[in-house]
Amino acid sequence: MIVKPNTQSPPDPPGPVAWLIKNLFSNWFNSLLTLISLSIIYFAAASVLSWVFTTADWRPVVGAPLLYLIGQYPRDQMWRPGLSLWLIMFLIGMSWGVWEKYVKAFAIFLAILLGIFAIVPLETATITLGVRAAFLINPVLIYLGYLIGKNKIVNGQHVITLWIFVSSLIVLVLLPGFEGIPFLPKVETTVWGGLLVTLLLAVGGIVLSFPIGVLLALGRRSSLPVVKIFSILFIEVIRGVPLITILFMFSIILALFLPAESRIDRVLRALIGMTVFSAAYMAENVRGGLQSIPPGQIEAARAIGLNNFQTMVLIVLPQALRAVIPSIVGQFISLFKDTTLVVIVGINDLLGIGKSILGSDPEFVRLQAEMYIFIALIFWVFSYFMSQASLKLEKTLGVGVR
Amino acid sequence: MAANIQAKEKIPVWRDERYLSAATQIISSIVVLGLLYWMAENFTEITQQRGISLSYKFLSEPAGFPISESTIPYDPTMSFGRAFLVGLVNTLNVSVIGIIFATVLGFIIGLARLSSNWLFNRLAVAYIEFHRNIPLLVLLFLWYFAVFNRLPSVKDSIVLPGPIYLNLRGLYLTWPRLTETGNIFLGLLIGGLVLAILAWNILIRIRERTGRETYYVPIAFGLLIIFPLIGWFAAGGNPIWLDVPVLEGFNYKNGMRLTPEFGAILVGLTTYTAAFIAEVIRGGIQAVQLGQTEAARAVGLRKTHVLRLIVIPQAMRIIIPPLISQYLNLTKNSSLALAIGYQDLFAIGKVTINQAGRAVPVFIMVMVTYLMLSLITSFILNIYNRRIQFVER
Amino acid sequence: MSQDNESIIVARDVHKWYGKFHALKGINMDVKKREVVVIFGPSGSGKSTFIRTINRLEVHQRGQIVVDGIELSHDVRNIEQVRMETGMVFQQFNLFPHLTVMQNIVLAPVWVRKWPQEKAEEIANELLERVGIPEQAEKFPGQLSGGQQQRVAIARALAMQPKIMLFDEPTSALDPEMIKEVLDVMVDLAKSGMTMLVVTHEMGFARAVADRMFFFDQGQIVESGAPEEIFQDPKEERTKLFLSQILSQ
Repeated sequence: MIVKPNTQSPPDPPGPVAWLIKNLFSNWFNSLLTLISLSIIYFAAASVLSWVFTTADWRPVVGAPLLYLIGQYPRDQMWRPGLSLWLIMFLIGMSWGVWEKYVKAFAIFLAILLGIFAIVPLETATITLGVRAAFLINPVLIYLGYLIGKNKIVNGQHVITLWIFVSSLIVLVLLPGFEGIPFLPKVETTVWGGLLVTLLLAVGGIVLSFPIGVLLALGRRSSLPVVKIFSILFIEVIRGVPLITILFMFSIILALFLPAESRIDRVLRALIGMTVFSAAYMAENVRGGLQSIPPGQIEAARAIGLNNFQTMVLIVLPQALRAVIPSIVGQFISLFKDTTLVVIVGINDLLGIGKSILGSDPEFVRLQAEMYIFIALIFWVFSYFMSQASLKLEKTLGVGVR
Repeated sequence: MAANIQAKEKIPVWRDERYLSAATQIISSIVVLGLLYWMAENFTEITQQRGISLSYKFLSEPAGFPISESTIPYDPTMSFGRAFLVGLVNTLNVSVIGIIFATVLGFIIGLARLSSNWLFNRLAVAYIEFHRNIPLLVLLFLWYFAVFNRLPSVKDSIVLPGPIYLNLRGLYLTWPRLTETGNIFLGLLIGGLVLAILAWNILIRIRERTGRETYYVPIAFGLLIIFPLIGWFAAGGNPIWLDVPVLEGFNYKNGMRLTPEFGAILVGLTTYTAAFIAEVIRGGIQAVQLGQTEAARAVGLRKTHVLRLIVIPQAMRIIIPPLISQYLNLTKNSSLALAIGYQDLFAIGKVTINQAGRAVPVFIMVMVTYLMLSLITSFILNIYNRRIQFVER
Repeated sequence: MSQDNESIIVARDVHKWYGKFHALKGINMDVKKREVVVIFGPSGSGKSTFIRTINRLEVHQRGQIVVDGIELSHDVRNIEQVRMETGMVFQQFNLFPHLTVMQNIVLAPVWVRKWPQEKAEEIANELLERVGIPEQAEKFPGQLSGGQQQRVAIARALAMQPKIMLFDEPTSALDPEMIKEVLDVMVDLAKSGMTMLVVTHEMGFARAVADRMFFFDQGQIVESGAPEEIFQDPKEERTKLFLSQILSQ
């Protein structure tokens, strides 16, 4: 019998039954695995669902929503974090317009979440109608930002510049305020808390550690022995010890190495600790990028007359940094998760707020599971969106080198 | 012809690349050393001002604080040095056991991740994605406060086969302990194990070199059985006895007790690190290209041999370095024990700072200890990498 | 060599060691203005090393190199000047992959010569026209073929308006069908009166435009002369052998 080769079209996609047999029941071992998996899924889903909707007591979680966002930030100064949120949402919208592929899912998710947050029937005194209205503006701002960002005139550079400008404005002016200015009174960082502090530490840590990391990476490759040894020592010591020891060092010991009269804010000390920690890992990432630059690039730059500094800034660093963007995103995700460690040095980040809410009411003492699952969920959502974006980024960077 | 080459003109110092590079050397050195000097200066000034002692003499003074669990003998009258040692042993305990469990769990999940069974595969993905995207500290809190602290009271202990009792006060295991003659048995057991491994390796190599059947499987297993058997009879038939936990009053006595703190940090570190190890394993095995396997099959190797001789050795080469760095991460992460009250190196260090008031020396000790652990690990890793490179050439 | 004042490159007794390996063993060479010189020889003969000492990508350890009256020494200013007056084309093109063709070309004129952007772009467009790829200005190097990349590299080197062009095996990394398009550009350049130092095995190119040829072996100049002399009547046995090898291919 002659088998007629089918050259016209690929074979039809398998039907659902064929799919089931191929992927789940191809042989007895496979079937066994399927059954085991099914039972695991059944028991996990059944117990989780029944716990979530019957046994679990969500009072500590839903009781004080604003605490999670801003901690003890004075409630009469609420407009400041509120305005910050608006600005950030607008920028997220613009980023969605410019980098649709990476930001879209996260931006839409945020818009829906904030919208729900505005209308969900939470019975608390802090959530007034005004607060709800303010929250409802966020999705609108995201969409507005998107429309503007989609415009051809707006490019990535503009958005990055705006991000830098707006975030410095928020962190340096809007939130801390100043002594003696009536409409912008000083708010000590001791009352900052929640997601505000978590994001501040994570974003601040990665942004500040970037230039230090680049310098350390260059230092490690330098031909100057003192610089090289110092860089290697710094990088290896920091990478060799746990983050918590570094945080402790900066919260207790750092004061001993600075002039006696200098006094550094507690959140700032934690930020310095996170930055130093992150810088060592950043340096190793960047070094990987530097190693990927072929020596011919440097020779060509020299041959057309660029000096060492120009060669570094115009030729080597742009290529090296482009190559390490995915690993920097990965590092940011770790750092974001690692910010929880500041709880141990007594800072009220998201996890710290959770702990203090549990401690605020004797009835809540046994409700840790609810609280920590809620906090885990928040971290999970942020990290998951970032790692998905990073995966896409890695793929696009992996395709045509440009 | 040589007329257009003038006598070498003198180069001004500021344009001479040799002087310029020397100058950068010197200036950069001054900046770095100056910074360090400035910090040292501040440091000595402040320590003198506040009368902070930098000596390590306190290490021999009595510690005066209790430690809830310790594998080596300890009581509060013993020295700070001893307490520090207890902390180090506790860190090593949880790290080593955690590494073993995390490796096993990570391998299973990593292989599940590669499984062709869609459902099983998705389960592994769910496990990995859950653990990789939440902070370890939150996971530890969940395990400690939501699981180990919610176990039933002693009276209502969960009884598992063994018997193992699980309750609020910890995990009580039935534990084998050596009798007086037990050392003979133990010695021969270890001897048998070593001999079996040696025989296995040597015979396999002989087989590979000569192609002759060397019966390495029966010989190695035979050694593994015969030696302990001899030991069993030499020890009079009862080298070990079972230490069974019994309920006395409000508590279990005897047996092997693991505290809830130890349980939580161990389970937390294991489950967390296993997710990362699973990704390492998956990456390693996937990197060994399909073509390799096909080529090996084409040469006529059997499927099990393909796995043992081709895929695993090559995958191992890719897997080992990131695997070791995961081990190191686990060890460093064990410092989070402080947050749930397990007394590891860092937690003891912190108590010592409070008790003895010697922040700087204690800090240096803690950091140097962690650094030593890291250095030893990277040393092993370097040796391994060098061996691999040697093989590749 | 009649008139010394016409010599634009003068190398006297140039030595170079890599550790113990003696890569250049006393090279003497004079290149006159508007002259096209082809250097050839077996791999490892020091020809690439020599051409790279002329813009100090390699540092010679003994002897003297004078380019357009500027001696290459430890003097940073001299090195800068020489690099501004020499353009170099590499075997592996070495275009900057993160910049467009246009940005590759205007980079040095803008940052080193400090020309205004418009002027640099104007010149770049002329050069792209000259090397035959005016339509590729906004593409990235990765989107071009090897031959196109090498022509961009030539345009990039020419953008600094150098007096001398150095070519280090410019066609060795190219597929055969692309060699011609690059050689055509080089022939045009030679006819326009550019001083050129070319390390190559393209004997057709040498025959067509070279004024003189140098045969390198084991770090020394074994033989030099006009192309006719070298091809028809090589004096040294080593030259004969090498020529017969590459011409028989």
